[in-house]
Amino acid sequence: MSEIETHSYDVIVIGAGGSGLRAAIAAREAGKKTAIISKSLFGKAHTVMAEGGCAAAMGNVNPNDNWMVHFRDTMRGGKFLNNWRMAELHAKEAPDRVWELETYGALFDRTPEGKISQRNFGGHTYPRLAHVGDRTGLEMIRTLQQKIVSLQQDDFARTGDYEANIKVYAECTVTDLIKDGERIAGALAYWRESGRHLLLEAPAIVMATGGVGKSYKVTSNSWEYTGDGHALALRAGASLINMEFLQFHPTGMVWPPSVKGILVTESVRGDGGVLTNSEGKRFMFDYIPDVFKDQYATTEEEADRWYTDADNNKRPPELLPRDEVARAINSEVQAGRGSPHGGVFLDVSSRMPAETIIKRLPSMHHQFKELADVDITKEPMEVGPTCHYVMGGIEVDPDTGQASVPGLFAAGECSGGMHGSNRLGGNSLSDLLVFGKRAGDGAAAYVDSLSARPVLDEVEVKRAQERSVAPFGDGSQDGAENPYTLHQELQQTMNDLVGIIRKEEEVRQAITKLGELKERAKNLVVEGHRQFNPGWHLALDLRNMLLVSECVANAAVLRQESRGGHTRDDYTTMDAEWRHKLLVCTADGDDGVQIVEQEQIPMRSDLMELFELDELKKYFTDAELPGGATA
Amino acid sequence: MSYQQKFSVWRGDSDGGDFVEYDVEVNEGEVVLDVVHRLQATEAPDLAVRWNCKAGKCGSCSAEINGRPRLMCMTRMSTLPQDTTVSITPMRTFPVIRDLVTDVSFNYEKAREVRAFVPPADLAPGEYRMQQVDVERSQEFRKCIECFLCQNTCHVVRDHEENKLAFSGPRFLMRVAELDMHPLDAAEDQEGLNRKAAAQDEHGLGYCNITKCCTEVCPEHIKITDNALIPLKERVVDLKFDPMFIRRRKRKSKEKEQVSEEG
Ligand SMILES: Cc1cc2nc3c(=O)[nH]c(=O)nc-3n(C[C@H](O)[C@H](O)[C@H](O)COP(=O)(O)OP(=O)(O)OC[C@H]3O[C@@H](n4cnc5c(N)ncnc54)[C@H](O)[C@@H]3O)c2cc1C
Ligand code: SF4
Ligand code: SF4
Ligand code: FES
Repeated sequence: MSEIETHSYDVIVIGAGGSGLRAAIAAREAGKKTAIISKSLFGKAHTVMAEGGCAAAMGNVNPNDNWMVHFRDTMRGGKFLNNWRMAELHAKEAPDRVWELETYGALFDRTPEGKISQRNFGGHTYPRLAHVGDRTGLEMIRTLQQKIVSLQQDDFARTGDYEANIKVYAECTVTDLIKDGERIAGALAYWRESGRHLLLEAPAIVMATGGVGKSYKVTSNSWEYTGDGHALALRAGASLINMEFLQFHPTGMVWPPSVKGILVTESVRGDGGVLTNSEGKRFMFDYIPDVFKDQYATTEEEADRWYTDADNNKRPPELLPRDEVARAINSEVQAGRGSPHGGVFLDVSSRMPAETIIKRLPSMHHQFKELADVDITKEPMEVGPTCHYVMGGIEVDPDTGQASVPGLFAAGECSGGMHGSNRLGGNSLSDLLVFGKRAGDGAAAYVDSLSARPVLDEVEVKRAQERSVAPFGDGSQDGAENPYTLHQELQQTMNDLVGIIRKEEEVRQAITKLGELKERAKNLVVEGHRQFNPGWHLALDLRNMLLVSECVANAAVLRQESRGGHTRDDYTTMDAEWRHKLLVCTADGDDGVQIVEQEQIPMRSDLMELFELDELKKYFTDAELPGGATA
Repeated sequence: MSYQQKFSVWRGDSDGGDFVEYDVEVNEGEVVLDVVHRLQATEAPDLAVRWNCKAGKCGSCSAEINGRPRLMCMTRMSTLPQDTTVSITPMRTFPVIRDLVTDVSFNYEKAREVRAFVPPADLAPGEYRMQQVDVERSQEFRKCIECFLCQNTCHVVRDHEENKLAFSGPRFLMRVAELDMHPLDAAEDQEGLNRKAAAQDEHGLGYCNITKCCTEVCPEHIKITDNALIPLKERVVDLKFDPMFIRRRKRKSKEKEQVSEEG
């Protein structure tokens, strides 16, 4: 193969979303020469789509809030399967990370005292989400993007070169990580524009590639969410945890068909919107699970009072954690009480004046008007569950973000543990900042600790290059497969068989089907040439989607209980014996997976003490409880 | 409720290209981007297009539909006439890479030339206090999704390649206005940078003759001309009469002289 474009860095960050940009800022501030690689243009990563806000216990709106309350809420939301150390660091550090954004130029909405305003969200005890209307993700990504530009300006002033210490490789896709023995040595990528290969050499790589939703038919996720980081890490020898837990956001658009899955932000409910069925009933009151009985209102009157007097009333059940609301909507539709297009109604029009709606939910107003001909100030929306977020991801050390492969780090949605079995809304944007910074710092410290730079293995590079152009075929394949067709079949399979409610036999069917798809994928042939060819790009992404889907399905079969983002029709309850077990996926050969059970590290006692014993009893086995029957 | 619609899509690359006709099925509620995706999945698997969110939030899918600059994901088929062919062409102001994808690096270069927010040295993180009314003006500009449709439309650069060097375009003049109106930006105090003067001297504000074409195409309905460009122009005029500023400018040029004498 021809001479390949090669660059050297100290730290490579794969992903230009919130976590990747924050990691890059940290690495660069630690004096490391840093590259950021992104499949799309700078500033377009998925983070831009986040709407509702960024959770941080600043206590600006309700001074009773603090990190301990946030920690408790996060653990409850995740049904105590969370990595408690991550949840602790996250709750403690999120306020500093948000305040730091103001020093980069962010302009959040304000309280009357001029502080950052905070809004209510599902599962959060107090108003906690820093926000800008319903375009918080845009503010976050633009702020971080502009901070990177400011670092480049500083470098320019010193060296005359904007890209001396930090460079963005936009529209550039990584297809393989390259190692030197056990350690990371670099990555192979291709330019989307020209299709030409590019080799990036670095001792440390931070994965910040986001989620996996594009394996599902109905999803709020964009084309970028093909699980690349999960798959690359797995193939490089890292482990993934919690892959059975996928978050189905309760409110996605359901009509018209072409927009099915697009998100309707939870702020609609946080700000007062209610869910009703075809009989006009606010059905969420019927779905408050026992573990949450004490924290949610049981009458409409009390629920409505909460919006103005949160200290003396319990919150409306519309604001239960997402998994509960998604399942409730699913049940209503199943029971024949759905809306005309197979969802339920979400109404703000009868709850607040039109001006307030337009002010507080401008992009929802715009989105429904433009895409569905619905004026949300006058009529209810129709909504239903949509595949939204993957709790599972690369297993990392909480403090440094390091994966089990030396030199590999991960942060953001592609890492696992922080959110347990279910993520609270708003906890992702804060996660990106807290662990993005930690992973960037971790990578920098790792680079400092090395005595010699790892060396790229040329044979591996060559093999990776060949693999990435294989879909162009050599004309010998018969029965050639089209990537678009395979992708649709994959999406249908995951949607129907490993969706919001799972049954053993269905998931097994899915596993069989995934095996078939994997075989057929060997015969993928794409048309055209390497210049900006979406068919080829999809063919490469498919390999990752298939591998990640296999992790999801295999873990879903094994976990015989229902918890958070994993609901089994045949094991309908939560089982304390499963709480302390993680399912860990590792690669088996190039494109297979194997899964083993692993014990959770017991929670530190001072954190345990933040909860009432009665509450812990609902989740933990007797032996795990303080003073319990230990050995 | 499906129907067949004739499309004429520009296909080619930097060496040139031409329109290709397609006859495509359109279903209820679909947008132009759905049609492009259907083409990719059927007749034209290698048709190049940029998109991400399909919800008007990322600003990736800009193109010209029947000659009008728009987001493909927010243009509903029902708003286009069924009896005539729908044309889809790449943005005209930027060089074509392939099919509907253009090289928008001009915008990233201009972005880099606008000095970033300068944090006030005397405030620690967490100590920032700003009133909602004071941040609202800049917040409007921060709704920008960087679709670059305004940059594509502005006549100063649309047919005048030569102006690209001196003119940053509405998007980045608006960025200067945003920082100028930021209640806590310390560029002037700490770096001696007057943003209004920079707009005029470094970003070509003078080229803008307030035609409002940029405002008309903005999918975020930001009042670029009225709320950013005109106020910025007014501030520039005020500046000319501001004795403080004249003094500072003189001092700056003196400093420069000294440096060159020493160096
Ligand atoms: C519609 C919507 C609304 C949301 N609202 C909220 C909210 O209000 N609050 C909240 O906390 N969370 C919200 N979330 C979740 C949150 O936005 C995401 O979890 C988060 O933005 C993920 O950020 P990230 O940094 O991990 O990755 P992303 O922002 O997704 O970035 C991933 C990056 O990796 C790059 N990449 C991927 N693969 C490769 C590859 N192979 N090579 C090179 N680059 C690659 C991509 O190009 C991209 O730049 C929302 C999600 C959605 C979909
Ligand atoms: S108002 Fe100014 S910036 Fe906008 S299109 Fe007209 S000349 Fe260009
Ligand atoms: S100002 Fe409007 S038209 Fe211009 S780039 Fe931003 S969103 Fe697009
Ligand atoms: S795809 Fe994001 S704006 Fe059209």
